[in-house]
Amino acid sequence: MSTPIYLDYQATTPVDPAVLEAMLPYFGERFGNSASRGHAFGWAADEAVGVARKQIAELIGASPKEIIFTSGSTEAINLAMKGAAAMYGSKGRHIVTTMVEHKAVLDTAKHLEQDGFEVTFVEPDSSGRVSAQAIAAALREDTILVAVMWANNEVGTLNPIREIGALCHERGVLFFTDATQAVGKVPVDVLADGVDLLCLSAHKLYGPKGSGCLYVRRRNPRVRLVAQIDGGGHERGMRSGTLNVPGIVGLGKACELCATQLNGESARLLELRERFEGQLLGTLDFTHLNGHPVERIPGCSNISFQYVEGESLIMGIKDIAVSSGSACTSASLEPSHVLRAMGVSDELAQCSIRFGFGRFTTTAEVDSAAAQVKEAVTRLRELSPLYEMALEGVDLSKVQWQADH
Amino acid sequence: MAYSNKVLDHYNNPRNVGTLDKGQTNVGTGIVGAPECGDVMKLQIEVEGDRIVDAKFKTFGCGSAIASSSLATEWIKGKTIGEALAVKNTEIVEELALPPVKIHCSVLAEDAIKSAIADFKAKRGTQIGGQA
Repeated sequence: MSTPIYLDYQATTPVDPAVLEAMLPYFGERFGNSASRGHAFGWAADEAVGVARKQIAELIGASPKEIIFTSGSTEAINLAMKGAAAMYGSKGRHIVTTMVEHKAVLDTAKHLEQDGFEVTFVEPDSSGRVSAQAIAAALREDTILVAVMWANNEVGTLNPIREIGALCHERGVLFFTDATQAVGKVPVDVLADGVDLLCLSAHKLYGPKGSGCLYVRRRNPRVRLVAQIDGGGHERGMRSGTLNVPGIVGLGKACELCATQLNGESARLLELRERFEGQLLGTLDFTHLNGHPVERIPGCSNISFQYVEGESLIMGIKDIAVSSGSACTSASLEPSHVLRAMGVSDELAQCSIRFGFGRFTTTAEVDSAAAQVKEAVTRLRELSPLYEMALEGVDLSKVQWQADH
Repeated sequence: MAYSNKVLDHYNNPRNVGTLDKGQTNVGTGIVGAPECGDVMKLQIEVEGDRIVDAKFKTFGCGSAIASSSLATEWIKGKTIGEALAVKNTEIVEELALPPVKIHCSVLAEDAIKSAIADFKAKRGTQIGGQA
C-alpha cells in the first residue's frame, strides 16, 4: 500500500524542506544558548533568534520586540488569558469568548471561572461565525478581555477580526485572538486589525512542533501580562526558560516562506477546495458543507455525509488521512462542540469529516480522494438503515429510537 | 484506532446485508440505537416453524457496529428462536476482539436480535419470552 494521501492540514503540517534546512545547524555546531552573552556560541544563537523574531513580526505586522516565544499555541493561550486576567483582574472580572474556540481557550476560560472570573461564551451563527455585534452585546463595564479565534480549526470559518478589534479598542477592552489556523493562510496585520494579543504555532504553517509565540502589543495600548512560568526572566519577563533555538529558527523561516507564498498558495488551495467540494456536494445527495461558504480559510472543507457514520467512513477511506471533527476531540467519541454550537444536529455531526488541504496537496490527490470518498459513502449508504428510511420518505426526527444504554 | 482482522473482514465484506419484507408475518424486524448516538442497527429474521431461515441487517455506525451486526446475522441464521435468544454480547466481543470503548456495539447487536425476535413473536401472537 502506498502512503495515504494527507488531508489533515488543520491537525498539523509537514515541515517544509527549506525550514528543516534552516533549523539543522542549530542542532549541530550552532548549539549555543541564546542567553549566553559572553561568547560566540551564545551570540550566534541570539542572532538567529533575532532574525526569527523579525521574520515572524513581518508576517503579522508587528514589531520584533512584541514576539514572546512559547512552546506553541496552547501555552501562548494560557499565558495570554491567565496572564491578562492576573494583571487586570483588579479592573474587572469579566471575560468574553465564544462557544467555538479551541479547547485550549475553552478550558483556560473554565479555569479562570474557577478563579472567580465570569466568562460569557458567545454563540456563533450557523456558519460558525461570531459577529462584532454579538460580541458588543456581551460586553459589560467590567469586561477586561475578549478572546475570539481568527479561524476555526474544525470548519475553517473566519471571524470578522478587524471589526471585533475596532470594537474592543473603542470600548477599552483587550482583544486576544487565537490565530493558529489563520496565520500564513490569510493576511494578518495586528495594527490594522486592532489585535492586542495573538498566538500562533509553527507546526500549523510548515514549521516544527513545539514552537510558537504570543504577540503582545507594546503601544496603544501597552499590554502587560503576569508570567505563568517563572525563572530567568527571558522574553521580557513574560516567559522564562531557555529558548528553543532550532524550533524558533524553524518558526521564523516558516513565517518567511508564508509571507512570500501566501497569495499564490491561497489562490491555489481555494481552487483545490472548490474542485473537491464540487465533486462531492455536486454529485452525492444528502451531503452538506459545514462552515461559512465564503469566509473560510482556503484549505478547509468540513462536510457531513448524512446517514453515514463518520468513523466508519474514515475506516472506508483508509488511504486518505483525515479527521472526524478536530483531532483533539475525535478520541472522545463525543460530537463536536463546534458543530453543536452552530446548531448542527448530533445526528449530522456524527457524519462529518474535515478535509484539510495544504502546500503539498496535488490536484491528482484531491481527485483521488474525492473518488474514494464517493465510493465509500455510496457503499456505506447501502448498509445504512437510515438512508433506506430517508429514501422511503420516513421522517427520522419523528421516529421513536430505542437507545437506553 | 486499530481494528482486529475480524472486524475489518466484516466491515469490508459484510454478510447478509439487505432488507426482508417487513409486511410478511414470518419476518421479524428489530431497529435499535439512535442516530444522534451514532449507531442504528436494523436486523431482520425470516422464520419457518421455530427456525430462523434467513437474517438480514443494515447498520449506521462505526466499523465495530457494522461487524457486530454482520456477525450476529451470520450466527443466528439456521438457529432456532431459543438458540438465537441465547446469543450473548460477550461472545461477540470475544469473537471480534472489541476494545472496551466498543462493547456497546455488541450490546446493540444482542438487543437487535432480541428486538427482531420480539417483533416476530408479537406478529405471530404468541407469548414474548426474553425480550430485551
